[in-house]
Amino acid sequence: MDLYEHQARELFEEHGIPVPRAEVTDSPKRAREIARGLGGRVVVKAQVKTGGRGKAGGVKLAADPAAAEITARQILGMDIKGHTVGKVMLAQPVDIESEFYVSYVLDRAAGRFLAIASAEGGMEIEEVAAARPEAVARVHIDPAVGVTSAKAAEIAAAAGLPPQTVDVLVRLWEVLVREDAVLVEVNPLVRTEQGRILALDGKVTLDDNARFRQARWGTEGAAHDDPLEAAAAEKGLNYVKLDGEVGIIGNGAGLVMSTLDVVAGCGARPANFLDIGGGASAQIMADGLSVILSDPAVKSVFVNVFGGITACDAVADGIVRALDTVRLTKPLVVRLDGNNAARGRAILDEHAHPLVQQVTTMDGAARRAAQLATTA
Amino acid sequence: MAIYLTKESKVLVQGMTGGEGMKHTRRMLAAGTNVVGGVNPRKAGQTVDFDDRAVPVLGSVAEGIETTGADVTVVFVPPAFARAAVMEAADAGIGLAVVITEGIPVHDSVAFTTYAQAKGTRIVGPNCPGLITPGQSNAGIIPADITKPGRIGLVSKSGTLTYQLMYELRDIGFSTCVGIGGDPVVGTSHIDCLAAFQDDPDTELVVLIGEIGGDAEERAAAYISEHVTKPVVGYIAGFTAPEGKTMGHAGAIVSGSSGTARAKKEALEAAGVRVGSTPTETAKLVLDRLEEQRTATPG
Repeated sequence: MDLYEHQARELFEEHGIPVPRAEVTDSPKRAREIARGLGGRVVVKAQVKTGGRGKAGGVKLAADPAAAEITARQILGMDIKGHTVGKVMLAQPVDIESEFYVSYVLDRAAGRFLAIASAEGGMEIEEVAAARPEAVARVHIDPAVGVTSAKAAEIAAAAGLPPQTVDVLVRLWEVLVREDAVLVEVNPLVRTEQGRILALDGKVTLDDNARFRQARWGTEGAAHDDPLEAAAAEKGLNYVKLDGEVGIIGNGAGLVMSTLDVVAGCGARPANFLDIGGGASAQIMADGLSVILSDPAVKSVFVNVFGGITACDAVADGIVRALDTVRLTKPLVVRLDGNNAARGRAILDEHAHPLVQQVTTMDGAARRAAQLATTA
Repeated sequence: MAIYLTKESKVLVQGMTGGEGMKHTRRMLAAGTNVVGGVNPRKAGQTVDFDDRAVPVLGSVAEGIETTGADVTVVFVPPAFARAAVMEAADAGIGLAVVITEGIPVHDSVAFTTYAQAKGTRIVGPNCPGLITPGQSNAGIIPADITKPGRIGLVSKSGTLTYQLMYELRDIGFSTCVGIGGDPVVGTSHIDCLAAFQDDPDTELVVLIGEIGGDAEERAAAYISEHVTKPVVGYIAGFTAPEGKTMGHAGAIVSGSSGTARAKKEALEAAGVRVGSTPTETAKLVLDRLEEQRTATPG
């Protein structure tokens, strides 16, 4: 789960990392008051979970409180790469002397966290790394030891950062570990003309798996922009909305991803990702079907199940009982294979729902579902 | 021979007395796995009856190793306790820990995989279906009745795609199938399994199943061009996954230009791996490749 810049800023502040004075709002009027409180001149920054907002006009300097209100009005509601701006952060401007980059990221290949630091901050670190790889320091962190002052000094020295940044590096590691983050990034970390070190912009990604021990995240972080995703999340479904017309239900993340690909290969577009896991109970099937059928773009639904631990007859029973509670409005193509497939298919045949058809192979069933969606 | 797991393997189950642990211990025993004990300090000294087998519950992994000679542990404990359970197993000197548990925080996975590596314990998983050497032993939750012993090795991030390919190729059979798990950090990589299959005389061909996220498949491709002489057939899931959305597995997310299915497919193909566009087509590529092997080596 990605945090907004203002949430990252708050976490940094809580862990003692120096940040500029700032406040967040969704109201232009309130923006004027905040600007007044911050001394008049402010930077107005769109709060969106995507990069490149500066280029998109989502970061602007306002000379006084009146200008802050006008600027906030302009930026609020703006669309930045498909993200609608719901809030702006107003921050005290800073006189920058130099800009640095620091982050801790998960190095999947090494199975460890990696400190990445550079004395050339402010721009995309990928660009710096591509143009001048020697300007980017990479230091692996031993999880048993963490980032001590000595380790932080090593990172700072490797990147050519001033010694004042050592404390920030130690505290940033604390943010990563204590908050169960998988990414913390400060870009830029600046030295002001007055010699202060400040984290000017930050990015934090929290680990959804750690929700059980991070009670204070609440449910706010799980907020879904898409109403169908929100409805699915409420029912505990593993659902992702996509822009297509074939609804997809399957068991196992890998098989569902594969199902999307096979449907796309047949010339239709999948409407969603939905993994019902190993359970495949009537309730989960009913919940899944009702979410998918409420998507107006859906023209056909493809249920693709491989019976492994869950036998196909249990899945077929689940489908039949789900159809008692959910009114099927679109054709449903079912492919059951694996454990007890013959019995599962017989159960569906016996039920003989006019909108349900079975195809025994995954590729064949995908073709049928795609046909039904594109000719409907 | 097979890799990592044979009929000689003596298997402990951490979390055997929980719901999932009970269900799958019964299945493992039915598949012929030599389950020598469960681990639960609060139920030490008891035994659990599984049909015709009484399996003792031990107080710790160390006790399990000492009294039974166990060399494998399968971990079913909940996410909050997985880190301690795996570290205990590594401390006790277990050779292989198969971590089935889903939803372990990544900081915990980083901690226990690093720790286990230093202790010489191989970790498979977490968030994986485990591994099976058909006809010999099953450590985890892979259905044992899909296929039979044979000469294909399989390594996969995904459980159900593993089952699907095992099913498509059920008449050929498998040496060992390893589900390495879909989390960002896993203890055993595609490369580890490729190296083991290359050295395994019972494996003739390797099926490699990958999915979006990270660059494990690209690294596997580089490894294949350098070190693998046996034929490899691949399949990648997630061509239609949009950037920035996690597709079920915590590790299955495309960020920026990296981790795409296309990049993985191209890397594998450049290494001489044939990559199927559907699981069924992948199975067919395997059959073709085996057929070519047969005609190329007369007698």
